[in-house]
Amino acid sequence: MIFLVVGTQEPFDRLVSAMDEWAATSGYTDIFGQIADSSYLPKNFSYARFMDPETFNEKFKTASLIVAHAGMGTILQALQLAKPIVVLPRLYKYHETRNDHQVSTAKSLEKLGFVHAVYSGEELIETLNKRDTLQTAPPIGPAASETLLMFIQDFLNSCKK
Amino acid sequence: MSKLKVLAIASSGGHWTQLMRLIPAFKEHHIIYVTTNNGYRKQVNGSEFYPVSDATRWQKLKLIKMGFEVGKIVLNKKPDVVVSTGAAPGLMAIIWAWLMGKQSVWIDSIANVDRISMSGRIAKKFCTFHLTQWEHLADNKSTLFKGTVIK
Repeated sequence: MIFLVVGTQEPFDRLVSAMDEWAATSGYTDIFGQIADSSYLPKNFSYARFMDPETFNEKFKTASLIVAHAGMGTILQALQLAKPIVVLPRLYKYHETRNDHQVSTAKSLEKLGFVHAVYSGEELIETLNKRDTLQTAPPIGPAASETLLMFIQDFLNSCKK
Repeated sequence: MSKLKVLAIASSGGHWTQLMRLIPAFKEHHIIYVTTNNGYRKQVNGSEFYPVSDATRWQKLKLIKMGFEVGKIVLNKKPDVVVSTGAAPGLMAIIWAWLMGKQSVWIDSIANVDRISMSGRIAKKFCTFHLTQWEHLADNKSTLFKGTVIK
C-alpha cells in the first residue's frame, strides 16, 4: 500500500492530483490518501481528510512506500519506521505554503540520503513508475543525537529551582 | 538534585515529532507537555499534558488567543524552565518564561535549512540558549549547533 500524506496544515492539490493521475494510468490503486482540505478529490483511491494519530500510525506502519509533502513530521516518521519516502516540496508560488522552506528541506535531506525528492507532478509520476528501485534509508533511532540530548540534559541540570 | 518542572512545548506535526525525540534528556524531571493537538495526549501517557489553540503567525486573533492560553499555563504551573522545538506556541512560552525570569532553550526545526525560522529569530531575544540543527546556521556565539533530532 502506498500512503499519501499531505499533513494537517494546508491543502496540497498538486500532490493529490498527480497521485490520482498516476493511479489512473498505472492501474495501481492500493493507495490511501490523507489529503487535509485539498479541493481535488481522488477518483482512483480512498482517502481521509484528517486522521486521528492511532489510525494514521497504523496506515503508516502497513505502507510499503510513503509519498508526501516535505514536512518534517512525516519525514521523521518514515525514517523511524524505515519506509522509503518520496517528497514533493510545497511551493510558495502556488500558495501551497508561506515560503519555500520545504524545497531546501527536501534538497538537504536528499543529499544525506534520507528522502527521494521530486519537484513536479511529472517527476513524481516518473519516480512512481520505477518505485521498486527506490532505496530505503537505514532506520534512524528513536531519539535525537547524543550530543543534543546531553546539551539539553546539562542545561536543565544547570537551571535552578 | 531536585526535580525541575520543565514545560516542553511544540505545535503539532513536525515540531511535536522533534520534541518527542528529546524525551531521553527529560528523564530526571517533571515534564508538562503543551501542544496544539489533543490527540497527542496518549503519546506522553501519564505525563501532565495541556492542549492549546492552533495558530500560525499569519492568524493574528488566534495567535493572541493562543498566547494567552500558553500564558495561563505558564503562570499557573510556574515551570522552572521551558524547552521548545517551535513554532508559535513555543515562542509564546519562551516570552512568558522570560517575563517570569525563567530560563529556556529554543531548538529551531531541522526543516529550517536556509535560515532560522521567523519564530526562532524572535525567540533568540528571549531564550537562554538558541540552537539550530544545521551547522552552517550556527555562529557559535548566540546560535549554537549541538547535533540534530536525527541520530
